[in-house]
Amino acid sequence: MSKTEMQHMIAERVARELHGPAIVNLGIGIPTLVAEYMEADNIYLHTENGLLGVTDVEEEGVDPNLVNAGKLPVGEAVGASFFNSADSFAMIRGGHVDVAILGALQVDETGVIANWAVPGKNIMGVGGAMDLLVGAKKVFVTMSHTSKDGSPKLLRECTYPITSTRQVDMIFTELAVFSVEEGGLILVDLMPGATIEEVREKTEAAFSEK
Amino acid sequence: MANVQHDITEALSCVKTGDTVLVGGFGLIGAPLSLIDGLTERDVEDLTVVSNNLGESGKGLGILLNQNKIKKGIGSYFTSNRDVGDKYQKGEIELELLPQGTLAESLRAGGAGLGGYYTTTGVGTDLAKGKEEREIDGVRYIMEKAIRGDVALIRAHKADTLGNLTYYKTARNFNPLMATAAKTVIAEVDEIVEPGELDPEEIVTPFIYVDTLVTAQQVLTKEGVVNV
Repeated sequence: MSKTEMQHMIAERVARELHGPAIVNLGIGIPTLVAEYMEADNIYLHTENGLLGVTDVEEEGVDPNLVNAGKLPVGEAVGASFFNSADSFAMIRGGHVDVAILGALQVDETGVIANWAVPGKNIMGVGGAMDLLVGAKKVFVTMSHTSKDGSPKLLRECTYPITSTRQVDMIFTELAVFSVEEGGLILVDLMPGATIEEVREKTEAAFSEK
Repeated sequence: MANVQHDITEALSCVKTGDTVLVGGFGLIGAPLSLIDGLTERDVEDLTVVSNNLGESGKGLGILLNQNKIKKGIGSYFTSNRDVGDKYQKGEIELELLPQGTLAESLRAGGAGLGGYYTTTGVGTDLAKGKEEREIDGVRYIMEKAIRGDVALIRAHKADTLGNLTYYKTARNFNPLMATAAKTVIAEVDEIVEPGELDPEEIVTPFIYVDTLVTAQQVLTKEGVVNV
């Protein structure tokens, strides 16, 4: 499976967990793809650079001043509104966004994530990740199950700087779907083609099976 | 009442060496590209620039960065310009990284005359190091200081000659906040109209905040930044 196919498979699986009515914020990368698979028509997309009511846009409709948080061109849905960055983050921190879907570099076995900095590299960007983690009612994480060198990204403890002390709610990879409960990670679904043996082999974090 | 200035370099004569300059925009979107370009022509240095990003490589604030005019950057996402990392590595620039919502709220607080505020964002992370922490109603918060600037360079859509401003789509971003948080505010706009031509309901930044208006000479298009 190509990287793109893998990303789309994850995005499609995440979309099945979204139920309207809901305000959803999509991060950069795999989360952006989730929009292609959402079926409920009462899900409204929020982007932290100042738009509620994000929709896709045809090539001829591209406006360089109408973009999402990844600076990709988007369209405005019926009922959309624009606002400044302080208002946008008041929506996030104030608990008005139902679901945030983020990427992650690492997740620990309590559901705490690291997604903004790598030790030894310049710490250069954080964007809205820390705000979304403290503010969104639910946080879903999407990521490849292992890093490029094959090492697990679901770890006992994050070795990279954490983004928040808040635990996320669900984790989606190309191999498995986990929910985060008080007792730790629970494997709720295997992705197509994945086996429990493979998930065990490629996961350092402890998890239990549903 | 705002001063309508036709000469961009003249409009920027208030910017001095060592100033803190607030610059609107989310990357190049909603950035005051003509004012930034004008600043590259001015003989000022040691600037502290408050902006979400420091432009892109060789574009927007990236030009000012490459001229070594920026002593310190305060923002949330410097990753969009790889030159920032190179300069940081060489010790040629100081950086202060803030979560995007904290950057926005600190500007809002600065413009509203507050000293700072408590937020849950960043609690327990490396970005909370050295910041006061307190518990309010059982929840952990950190104190973030307000941000104010000497000068704000902002981008709006339309202005009337009083200085009332409207914005365009996601080019709004940090601009209305920065308009409130600096001693001198210079707004770059697509069009300047007479008072009365803007619907009072559509005005986002009232003229009380705005000192100088200029008409944009560089705009962001699908093809990139072009002169108009």
